[in-house]
Amino acid sequence: MKHFKIALMGASLFALAACGGPEESRDVSGFDREYQNTLMNALLDAQPGDVIEIPAGEFIFERGLSLTVDDVTLRGAGMDETILSFAEQRQGAEGLLVSGVEGFTLENLAFEDTVGDSVKISDSTDVVIRDVRVEWTNGPSTDNGAYGLYPVQSTNVLIEGAVAIGASDAGIYVGQSENVIVRNSRAEYNVAGIEIENCNNADVYGNVATNNTGGILIFNMPNLPRPGAGTRVFDNDVYENNTGNFGHAGTPVASVPAGSGILINSNDDVEIFNNRLRDNRTAHVIISSLYTSGYEDLGVTEDFDPYPETIYIHDNQYEGGGGNPDGLELQALRVALFGPTGRLPGVLWDGYMDEDKMVDGALPDDLRLCVTDAEVLNADAPNGFSSPQLADAALFDCTHEPRPAVELDL
Amino acid sequence: MIRSLIASLFVSALLCACAQEAPPEPPQPTFIAEGRPVSLSDWGQLAVGGGELVLGDAVTPYQLATGLFTDYAQKLRTVWIPVEAGPAGYDPEGAFDFPVGTVITKTFYYPRAAGGPGYVARVDGDGMAHFDERRLDLEAVRLVETRVLVRREAGWEALPYIWNAEQTEATLARAGGFVDMILVSEAGEEALGYVVPNVNQCAGCHETDTTDGLGVRPIGPRARHMNTDFEYFDGVANQIDHWSEQGLLADAPAAEAAPRNVAWRGELPLAGEALDRAARAYLDINCSHCHSRTGPADTSGLYLEAHEPTGPHLGICKLPIAAGRGTGNRRYDIVPGASEDSIFTYRLASVEADVMMPELGRALQHDEGVALIAAWIDAMSGGCG
Repeated sequence: MKHFKIALMGASLFALAACGGPEESRDVSGFDREYQNTLMNALLDAQPGDVIEIPAGEFIFERGLSLTVDDVTLRGAGMDETILSFAEQRQGAEGLLVSGVEGFTLENLAFEDTVGDSVKISDSTDVVIRDVRVEWTNGPSTDNGAYGLYPVQSTNVLIEGAVAIGASDAGIYVGQSENVIVRNSRAEYNVAGIEIENCNNADVYGNVATNNTGGILIFNMPNLPRPGAGTRVFDNDVYENNTGNFGHAGTPVASVPAGSGILINSNDDVEIFNNRLRDNRTAHVIISSLYTSGYEDLGVTEDFDPYPETIYIHDNQYEGGGGNPDGLELQALRVALFGPTGRLPGVLWDGYMDEDKMVDGALPDDLRLCVTDAEVLNADAPNGFSSPQLADAALFDCTHEPRPAVELDL
Repeated sequence: MIRSLIASLFVSALLCACAQEAPPEPPQPTFIAEGRPVSLSDWGQLAVGGGELVLGDAVTPYQLATGLFTDYAQKLRTVWIPVEAGPAGYDPEGAFDFPVGTVITKTFYYPRAAGGPGYVARVDGDGMAHFDERRLDLEAVRLVETRVLVRREAGWEALPYIWNAEQTEATLARAGGFVDMILVSEAGEEALGYVVPNVNQCAGCHETDTTDGLGVRPIGPRARHMNTDFEYFDGVANQIDHWSEQGLLADAPAAEAAPRNVAWRGELPLAGEALDRAARAYLDINCSHCHSRTGPADTSGLYLEAHEPTGPHLGICKLPIAAGRGTGNRRYDIVPGASEDSIFTYRLASVEADVMMPELGRALQHDEGVALIAAWIDAMSGGCG
């Protein structure tokens, strides 16, 4: 465990050194400064059922926007036509905060350069985010806000046709939510492209995740009001997620190695299939427990299950990748096992299984890790990474019932 | 030219009139069941004139044991319940159950400082400087805003009013605003971009339970914050006892039997139990309106109400979840014995919009509050392994 940690620390130092100076943010000197009060008042005075249309144009907002009214639609004229810039934001931890509503639709506009999170939606139901762009226009930088699209503790969430660029945590992040679809969206140059954390019943499909540190993350974190399980990740293009980790030390994503395609951490009942994974330099798929996420069991409440279980990985296409893993330890491992020009296999597993659940030395069938489309490297973390090796294919040769599709009536 | 001359003569005539005017009689408070009155005076909770702000008839001022920091503003809090509505119901934990018709106000103000109308003095936060016997001396203070919380049939409604520069009236400002001032202290002058919240931001703090669908509600009038002495014009009394005697509160136990947060007004250094109680009272009133098991920040798993036990949920060796830049590259919310490694002190000391905690309600660092929490963390033993 210690070695892996050192590897990760090395990785993030490496990443910071590799990151050049940030590019310039968009020049907002010609943006409109009057419209911000109009929109703020429109949001305060909104009535249930209202559609608030924002015209094409470029608008400055000095304060965070907020909405607490049910069933409002906020609609622009296009994600490249209606631009809300928060480059001069003086107040508010988000660009837009929607809280406690039943029904909300956000579409056809862009939020740029918010000081903190871009669009946060908490404690709401029936949320649709469609054709919305959230972007930090200076490119990846540790100084950017944490989350792009950020629904949390919500039920029935649909994100489609979205674009998220430059978040210092996750571009599209859905947390602690129920019944979630993220589809046909694009996430690039974020630390985490798309992250599903502590959610139940989520589908992630038809997306493009590229140039992030990690493409698609399915996480379960401790010390939160609710654990999550049950996610499908399919038909996504996940390639070249090799951007150096620019997350903030101390955040969960800061320990994600650059070059991670799809990363499962401590989450159960995850099905990953029909994805096209290409040129992710560490590994296309990583399966890890809490114990190797950079977080030990310190400060974790007892009821938290740190082991990923009921995992089913099948029918993905793997191309390239694994040839230049992030961190000296993983590099040394690659060379030792596969030679100087060798590659890590498609799936990297930390090797942790819950001993208490084992029957005759194996997990019960319904909890197994099933990988039928790639070789698996067992990093042997439970034994201090002492004898990492390609796992016996028989250990992973199994199937689970396909997860049902998430149905949303939105 | 002539027009502006006439205008300025007119203004000085008005000022003269003000200075000679007698203070107003206490106004008659009103419950307005619907709509959003444009002028604060419509509520009759307080009136200004003759260089004074006076409280309305039967309007009761109160204070909290340990107060919420708002950029060193002084706060005059009042409550009024129509006689026919009956008393508020006591609750040992949550806000008292006020009847329909209740009007609560909180007026934010600063002592004036030399330098001009925009210059105000920094004194210890959340006190009631220059308030005496039901009136506030307007020669000595600058009123900034008054927030009204009214209990209507459908629930509580929050309405922010901003005082004009002349200090003659406060006008409804649902979208909030900025009030730029210069804050003067022994250390010098600093610019203060005081933020008046918009009504949605009111809910950001006052919707302390996002699970019950009841929306905004008062935060301060809870037993543990109210259980402290107040200097009424006819003598000092415990507020819970006084409210019970005055018919404002029903079924309350005697003050000694009610929960009580310590009254901390910036005293340092502290040690031992006094330090622990002050820190917990400070976190309770400044943080737990969001960081509770029902509040908007329950997403973080950090719970800071006074009764929460020590452990990860209080921040001890707890990993941040969605803090982003707010971690300051620190690993745990609280590292016992090491405030300089704890996210708590980093966020409490920050004034950056996406880093600072609380997220709303301040543009400045609360030096004494940061020092208190740092001392509390430094006094813990253990570390995080």
